Amino acid sequence: MTENGALLQVRDLRKEFPVKSGFVIERVSHTVKAVDGVSFEIPEGKTLGLVGESGSGKSTTGYCILQLLKPTAGSIVFQGKELTKLGRGEIRRMRREMQIVFQDPYSSLDPRMTVGDIVAEPLEVHGVGSKRTRRGRVRELLDVVGFNPDYTNRYPHEFSGGQRQRVGVARALALNPSLIVCDEPVSALDVSIQAQILNLLKDLQRDFGLTYLFISHDLAVVRSMSDHIAVMKDGQIVETGPADEVYERPKEEYTRALLTAVPVPDPRRMRDRRVERRKLRHVIAEA
Amino acid sequence: MALLKVENLRTHFFTREGVVRAVDGVSFSVEAGKTLGIVGESGCGKSVTALSLMGLIPKPPARIVEGSVTFQGRDLTTLSDRELEDVRGREMAMIFQDPMTSLNPTLRIRTQMTEVLDRHFGYSKDDARKRAVELLEEVRIPRAAERLDDYPHRFSGGMRQRVMIAIAIACNPKLLIADEPTTALDVTVQAEILDLLDDLRREHEMGMIIITHDMGVIAETADEVAVMYAGQIVEQAPTEELFDNPEHPYTEALLGALPQLEGENVRMGRLSSIPGRPPDLIAPPEGCRFAPRCPHANQSDGCVEHLPELREIRPGHRVRSRHPASEREAVPA
Repeated sequence: MTENGALLQVRDLRKEFPVKSGFVIERVSHTVKAVDGVSFEIPEGKTLGLVGESGSGKSTTGYCILQLLKPTAGSIVFQGKELTKLGRGEIRRMRREMQIVFQDPYSSLDPRMTVGDIVAEPLEVHGVGSKRTRRGRVRELLDVVGFNPDYTNRYPHEFSGGQRQRVGVARALALNPSLIVCDEPVSALDVSIQAQILNLLKDLQRDFGLTYLFISHDLAVVRSMSDHIAVMKDGQIVETGPADEVYERPKEEYTRALLTAVPVPDPRRMRDRRVERRKLRHVIAEA
Repeated sequence: MALLKVENLRTHFFTREGVVRAVDGVSFSVEAGKTLGIVGESGCGKSVTALSLMGLIPKPPARIVEGSVTFQGRDLTTLSDRELEDVRGREMAMIFQDPMTSLNPTLRIRTQMTEVLDRHFGYSKDDARKRAVELLEEVRIPRAAERLDDYPHRFSGGMRQRVMIAIAIACNPKLLIADEPTTALDVTVQAEILDLLDDLRREHEMGMIIITHDMGVIAETADEVAVMYAGQIVEQAPTEELFDNPEHPYTEALLGALPQLEGENVRMGRLSSIPGRPPDLIAPPEGCRFAPRCPHANQSDGCVEHLPELREIRPGHRVRSRHPASEREAVPA
């Protein structure tokens, strides 16, 4: 825990990617600042929603926190430990505490593994329990996420997107993490299924006291999940605050432009929103 | 007379596993200058409906087994492929979801645009180029004359979709079909593209069909909405009427499942979700296709045995259900 009680504290996080040019002799011609000085914290048991358009750096931020990408600079303090200074073994141990749910349940589950093996894998990798106790734990996890535990010997392709995402969530839960990074977890799903998964994530948070970093381009989905919001653009956070504040009383023009661009399912509201949107057109430049 | 009138369209896929009834008795019409929105979740048949109108379904395995598509007085289902080619692109055009894959990456934008003009009008090279610049300007691509010689990878997703739209309107079509035109785009770009489509529809007095899974896009663009479920239209109404008074249990559930963008404390509470999943279209339920997931279906009134008709419940508002919202008795508390 940090001194102010946040489970995760990110300070001035930076991630640069080199851009190479040249055909035979490659040279780094310049760097792209995917994440450019991002700071935030998440109190235990809460959800921070990270929203932004594609290329804003929101997923890269998530990967840096999980140490799936090595940050160029900055500090990430998780459960009181500075992650950027840990050695490989220590990072491995910390990973038990922080997990990820990916966007696409079609490509993030190994098609050659059974559902049971997919959920058991993190337990095996971290040497948790015996083969027999692991089997019991897998059934328990699948049950928790609303997936029929009798189907552990089946393969991912036999299931719909929503069912597969439940498997992805069960796998993320396997090691009892305290933080889960949800990277666009419902973007590939139909609306009615999306609601099932969002409800599941909410239930799990309530039951297990989970902390979420919830990354999505969908502003309505982020709002339905988050206590706090950070709006990202070009690698930086342009606005942050309690969800209701940011959505109802946005301070930044960019946030307003983003919010008014969303088509809401209300034809009458849409007419006013279109007028607002056209006033803010200058904020958004398209390449 | 309607610009397009679709009657009892059935498009089935003849596969090894059986006959997939992807589109199973769909009827609607589109007036000139108006937008019909077709909304539904994946697999409901909305895209196959659009492809059937354009004669673009993969044959085999797909075949239009029944129904007619009357466009400007001609039944398109009776035309030869050759005759259909003259209609397609010229009087009726289509844009697709993914502007990344619908342009040929190895050809300059100019070549891809002039191809259409040449095919339908036999434009000379100079005229075609001039017209292509006009079209790119019309879809608001800056520095149109320069961009014409670029390859598609030089364009962003939104700009590529603009190019696709320019190609689609090249021949002044009477009807534009847009299949998830903004699904692959960022929300701010989506807003720009929807605005552009709306302006073009007005200026060219085109009829338009927008196919989407997004109720927000429907609210923004459509004059009339058809909600599809399992290959059939389950509800159809003018847009405001549909959002104000949804009748079909599926439409109600779909609207209830949407997270809200506006309003204080919208985070509280759970989203309503629909239990189960849509039926297998090889062997759909005999009765109402939504019955297995419907909270109002029951044994005694034939929901499971008989498919309900799409009936007019109010002027212009049709619903395919025995238990539309306005006919339900209040449940005693």
